[in-house]
Amino acid sequence: MQSLKIEVLVGVFLLLSLLCLGFLAVKVSGFSLGKSNDRYLLYAHFEQVGGLTVRSKVAISGVEIGQVLAIEYDQKTMNAKVTLEIDSSISSMPIDSTASILTEGLLGSKYISISLGAEDQALSGGDEIFDTQSAVILEELIGKFLIEQF
Amino acid sequence: MLIHALKQIGRLSLEILSSMGRALRLLSSALIRRPDHRNIPLVIRQIYQLGVLSILIIVCSGFAIGAVLALQGYTQLVRVGSESALGLGVALVLVMEIGPVVSALLFAGRAGSAVTAEIGLMKATEQLASMEMIGVDPITRIIAPRFWGGFIVLPLLALMFSVVGIWAGSLVAVDWLGVYSGSFWSVMEQGVNFFDHVIKGIIKSIVFGFVVIWISLYQGYDSLPTSEGLSTATTNTVVFSSVWILVLDFFLTLMMFEL
Amino acid sequence: MTRNSIVFDNVSYNFGKKEIFKKLSFEVPAGQTVGIMGPSGTGKTTLLRLIGGQIQPDNGTILVEGKDLKKIKRTELFELRKCLGMLFQSGALFSDLTVFENVAFPLKEHTKLNGEMIRYLVLIKLNSVGLRGAAHLFPRELSGGMQRRVALARAMALDPKLIMYDEPFTGLDPIALGVISNLIKDVGSVYECTNVIVSHDIEETARISNLLYVLSEGEIIGQGSPQDLKKDDSPRLKQFLNGLPDGPVPFHYPAPEYMDSLIGMKNTERAIIKRGD
Repeated sequence: MQSLKIEVLVGVFLLLSLLCLGFLAVKVSGFSLGKSNDRYLLYAHFEQVGGLTVRSKVAISGVEIGQVLAIEYDQKTMNAKVTLEIDSSISSMPIDSTASILTEGLLGSKYISISLGAEDQALSGGDEIFDTQSAVILEELIGKFLIEQF
Repeated sequence: MLIHALKQIGRLSLEILSSMGRALRLLSSALIRRPDHRNIPLVIRQIYQLGVLSILIIVCSGFAIGAVLALQGYTQLVRVGSESALGLGVALVLVMEIGPVVSALLFAGRAGSAVTAEIGLMKATEQLASMEMIGVDPITRIIAPRFWGGFIVLPLLALMFSVVGIWAGSLVAVDWLGVYSGSFWSVMEQGVNFFDHVIKGIIKSIVFGFVVIWISLYQGYDSLPTSEGLSTATTNTVVFSSVWILVLDFFLTLMMFEL
Repeated sequence: MTRNSIVFDNVSYNFGKKEIFKKLSFEVPAGQTVGIMGPSGTGKTTLLRLIGGQIQPDNGTILVEGKDLKKIKRTELFELRKCLGMLFQSGALFSDLTVFENVAFPLKEHTKLNGEMIRYLVLIKLNSVGLRGAAHLFPRELSGGMQRRVALARAMALDPKLIMYDEPFTGLDPIALGVISNLIKDVGSVYECTNVIVSHDIEETARISNLLYVLSEGEIIGQGSPQDLKKDDSPRLKQFLNGLPDGPVPFHYPAPEYMDSLIGMKNTERAIIKRGD
């Protein structure tokens, strides 16, 4: 019947658009539904964060294990304080691990790369990564180069 | 001479203001006298008329634009050796701008003008008046279902537009131009954020949908019951909708992307 | 004492600067067929819209079936409209519904009758206008006269107490004219409802009406039974009823003196003639 055909087509239309939304969520933007319970927080201070933004990747050996939750200016230490959200499955990060801000890919997006240290004691939720390496700024690099030249 | 010009300006402004007043009254009636459970089939029917029947033009246009974006993007990016970022570029442009804006423009042209013509004709042939005389409120039966139908449909069409565009872009980039499939999708996935980009695009098309269907309904409802009046009304729908879409796009982009 | 279906008491209505009705007063007794006639542009359609409550008068009171239209609320107005039937000049059938669905529309909206009952009623109404066989067609597939008949069936769907007809005879061929005319007469007698016909077709209207009102320039210039009006002597009435081209309603649109226009043309007239090319 006429109205049945219309209802079916409308249902198909709505379903298709939902699938499109799903496609955009998963394939296009890599949206993941990880719960906050599965994550713990770490902090790190940097002299220079460069182009690092909230939701930038946090990786060990290039593999994403978390993301940047917040970037704030710390009045007490007078540098940048970055909050990292780490996946709970990464449980044993030695306390002398290093967090460096590196550039990824050809568009130059910044991310935090963690190199594991050698100590036995591991970092737990709320701890701070003390050994940090700030982002490299091109102008400073050129300036350094020019100074060393002369 | 000057006085005459001033009089014209004054009269024009009053006309515009009273027109906006009528438009607001129509909108508030449509929102207040929204379809109740009995009239949901009417809304479904409108989703069919406005949405399902627009799929063809949306899909064709989305495909074409996605392909063109990939083509143009490739030409530029390959110069700096960054062609693996093509997926990201195509996806961002579609999801944030071209998807919501172009689908809204197409919707105004296809569905919006159809709604205006339909309502205008019903007014001219006294169908709206006769419905009122039968004791049925034409706002609840005719205007409100079209309003909600259009409002729901446009964001969904915009999603389809973007998805088809991205897919077309991938066909052009990967299958034709030889961009590496892995990086096409992975750079895209890393660069596109659901909340920063996709959701904001959806918000845009929700706003556009609201504006376009409002203009279409108002133009039809307020049209003069002559053939000339109807033609003016449908033209107005397309013109005003298009202008408002582009202007709002600027302001929405300004507000949402914190430039 | 016969009940009045409609009472107009000192009603005036202006559309912008134009005064359409000034202190109009008349009554429509229940159960009668009343014709309201007058030259084009006297606001006959406006009159029907005032009766139907679609527009409000600037002054005066309108009572329809005992209810004061100024005082009743919107919901009461919609209730009142269930007792009203209106036949529009163009039929005004809903173009996306079939003939059957058009006639069923008021029944579906206002009654809780089930599908079978509605089907019976619709077929009965369609049969009384002779279009039961066209139930499955769409309005665009019917001629103008047939569309009007279906519209009449729809107006009768809820067995109204008052039916209004806006120019029912206009634009119909002689046969369709006769059909509609007889239908209106039958409807009045079978349903015992009040018929109000607004028309400028004097012959047909006079033929089927018990009582006539003649409107001109917002006032009543003649009222009474058709026979009474024929005997009336007022020049305005005579011009209308006898179809005289010139009289109180002038033939010539106001213009300057003829000779002046032809020989000593003023600039404005030159401009007018030029624009006419």
